[in-house]
Amino acid sequence: MSTEMRTNLSSEAVRHRSGWQTLLYKELLRFWKVSFQTILAPVLTSLLYLLIFSHVLESHVSVFDGRVRYTAFLIPGLVMMSVLQNAFANSSSSLIQSKITGNLIFVLLPPLSPLDLFAAYVVGAMVRGISVGLGVFLVTLWFAPIAPVHPLWALAFALLGSMILGVLGLLAGIWADKFDQLAAFQNFLIMPLTFLSGVFYSIHTLPPFWQTLSHFNPFFYMIDGFRYGFFGLSDIEPGLSLAVIAGSCGALSALTLWVLKRGYKLRH
Amino acid sequence: MGAAVEIVDVARRFGAVEALSGVDLVVEEGEFFGLLGPNGAGKTTLISIVAGLTRADRGTARVLGHDVVTDYRRARRLLGVVPQELVFDPFFTVRETLRIQAGYFGLRNNDAWIDEILHHLDLASKADANMRALSGGMKRRVLVGQALVHKPPVIVLDEPTAGVDVELRQSLWGFIRKLNRDGHTIILTTHYLEEAEALCGRIAMLKAGKVVALDTTQNLLSSFAGLTVRLTAGALPDAWRERVLRHEGATYLLSLASYAELESLLSALRERGIAIAELALQEADLEQVFLRIMKRTA
Repeated sequence: MSTEMRTNLSSEAVRHRSGWQTLLYKELLRFWKVSFQTILAPVLTSLLYLLIFSHVLESHVSVFDGRVRYTAFLIPGLVMMSVLQNAFANSSSSLIQSKITGNLIFVLLPPLSPLDLFAAYVVGAMVRGISVGLGVFLVTLWFAPIAPVHPLWALAFALLGSMILGVLGLLAGIWADKFDQLAAFQNFLIMPLTFLSGVFYSIHTLPPFWQTLSHFNPFFYMIDGFRYGFFGLSDIEPGLSLAVIAGSCGALSALTLWVLKRGYKLRH
Repeated sequence: MGAAVEIVDVARRFGAVEALSGVDLVVEEGEFFGLLGPNGAGKTTLISIVAGLTRADRGTARVLGHDVVTDYRRARRLLGVVPQELVFDPFFTVRETLRIQAGYFGLRNNDAWIDEILHHLDLASKADANMRALSGGMKRRVLVGQALVHKPPVIVLDEPTAGVDVELRQSLWGFIRKLNRDGHTIILTTHYLEEAEALCGRIAMLKAGKVVALDTTQNLLSSFAGLTVRLTAGALPDAWRERVLRHEGATYLLSLASYAELESLLSALRERGIAIAELALQEADLEQVFLRIMKRTA
């Protein structure tokens, strides 16, 4: 390297763009390189859920007063469940792997702001979640060809839902020091909340106590709102669902940005 | 020439351990500066504070005048750090690793410089190999490449040659010397004191979180001018024990002020009938200086 090259650095530095796009690119490349595990496997899992549940319950369960077939009812739930679980898995596993292997230092040394880190990890998680959700939707079309009647509502819920779970995954990845802690977060919080959110049933089929309890589960609003986008039918008013998840998203994002700014568990 | 790195009254405590207690240090632009000290002296903590990986409890650090906390974007752009730990991202090839690292600094399409780095670090043939497929020494070279990929004017190398074979170490130092000649400021921590002696123009020695010596390498060597004697004998007269720098079994490393003192030592051994198995004289080198300073400040 010449001295001239070195002395040009200051002016070059001024023209530098933010590096968040590269971190996003790295996040996308990371899951794309192992797409069998990160995209195809969850699509197959959802397909199995659909085959088993629709086969067992199609003739026994009536939803929305019989206006929607159970298999069709199940599809948006499974799509959204895949979106949520994979968005969480992406940001959380990326961060914990980087922390444990020590290569997080490559992200901490450059001039990336807390907002840069937040944007890259969360958008990466959203892309993974929505890619898997799209995959699930496409393969399940063969079983029940449905199309969203309010696509913008469905898109809004998919975007907000994947963002919430991406943020939650980022938070869990920052907090966890080992895979065990992350697995606990995933198995004892994310998994029960998604399974008990109305993916496989309408909450109107539940006893009153469980119906009331479901209203405290933020995942319920995501699934119910997303399903509204497909059928124009929902257990509760979609505007309320959107407000609840938009509020949750805002609060979680603010908390996570604050945590990143403080450097909690990232910068000593 | 201004200060490349300026550290003012930096202190950091980890629980009960005071890792740094009010360190003041200025590294001038263009210097090849050595940061030495025993394990736990606070070298890596100090580097981490400059790099923004650790936050100081008090004090300030600046890189080319930019505060590492309040103006961290500019400070980090001007700094390249080779970390001590041998870390890598197993998902990517060598070229992808360097491109991604450059991108974090906002640099795109700088393959020409990446090729130059690969060439100088003897990694050109491994550019498309996955990081997992590289040997430890090669991974270490990629770490050096990652620190240089945004062409930082200040480069910090934290034990960069640990576990690296002699041939590679020489070629690595050749490249780092070239960067220094081109005007880059180099800050080096190493356990290989002969490397620091050969490379560094100025050296700071840290012990228990404090700077215990700071001078040019030449001044440090002259201020502790004298001889060291490596002596293997059955015992050592009590009067000479305070001159022991290091002791392993029956082998003692002693400091002497001059050749005249050698005769006194031999007389003392003869008087007590202590047989000498082996004796070797050495001029003072940085290792002796280091040992003396560490002993003096014990």
